Amino acid sequence: MTVAVVSFGGSNCDRDVAKALRRIDVPADTVWYKDEEEVADADGVVLPGGFSYGDYLRAGAMAARTPVMERVRNRVDDGAPVLGICNGAQILCESDVVQGAYAQNLSARFRCEPVRLRVETTDTPFTRRFDEGDTVEIPIAHAEGRYVPDDLDALIDDDRVLFRYVDENGEPTDEANPNGSVDNIAGIVGGSRNVAAMMPHPERASHPLLGTDDGLDVLAGFSDPSDG
Amino acid sequence: MTYEAVVRVTLKGGVLDPEAKTIQRSLNRLGFGVENLRTADEYVVEIDAVDENEAREQAEEMCERLLANPTIHDYTVEVRET
Repeated sequence: MTVAVVSFGGSNCDRDVAKALRRIDVPADTVWYKDEEEVADADGVVLPGGFSYGDYLRAGAMAARTPVMERVRNRVDDGAPVLGICNGAQILCESDVVQGAYAQNLSARFRCEPVRLRVETTDTPFTRRFDEGDTVEIPIAHAEGRYVPDDLDALIDDDRVLFRYVDENGEPTDEANPNGSVDNIAGIVGGSRNVAAMMPHPERASHPLLGTDDGLDVLAGFSDPSDG
Repeated sequence: MTYEAVVRVTLKGGVLDPEAKTIQRSLNRLGFGVENLRTADEYVVEIDAVDENEAREQAEEMCERLLANPTIHDYTVEVRET
């Protein structure tokens, strides 16, 4: 399994994700967005965090309309694992690979802090190592992370909510919601379940020295399922 | 003909606008009694088209495909000859 971590101008978590993946023995490299063939040939794709195109127009809007996204879409259709983190999640929404949009945090502030997440479904590559209801600590770092779905009922009925922001008791309260996301949604999967978009940064929770390595079990979605 | 399209993109009713709330509070600290304020983004696009209708259609397509996000935005288009 070789994972392409797509770097746009302004991506700044690309190397961190590649390094975190290599920690769990998943071969991964950053790939410049113009090297489309490398994305087409990758076994998995990560759209990393950062500020692609300086967040011009809207976060993720420009990157979503670059030709490499057609390759990403093809990989999704082929069933390959594809994960958008933070700005990458915004890109997936902006390109309609997953439903919904990200609006400015209700606080109107950039929020950079650890948050608690509850695993809402394990029927995805990125949460198959968890049990439903498990909670993990993974940091966020964003100003536009308020998730607004197109069709909340469809997300819930199809079991496509990946994570919710929760408090220390595992409850999705308003206080635990760092950005005002509808229904405390912190991550979702697309219709085909192999593509996920999440605002928290699993690569920033990838080593005990960082306070938590809970994110490695998310990134393990890119390892060979037969490895467990 | 060359036309100028003025595109205004606003948040849909029901989508909260924290930037507007912050500006409103600030205005009220300055002594204004503002009860409602909304933000909008405006884009002024020069468009070559055979007539005003075609210019409008082009501008609307720009909104649908890039300038607005249909999940959270409404938009208006005004077209005038330059």
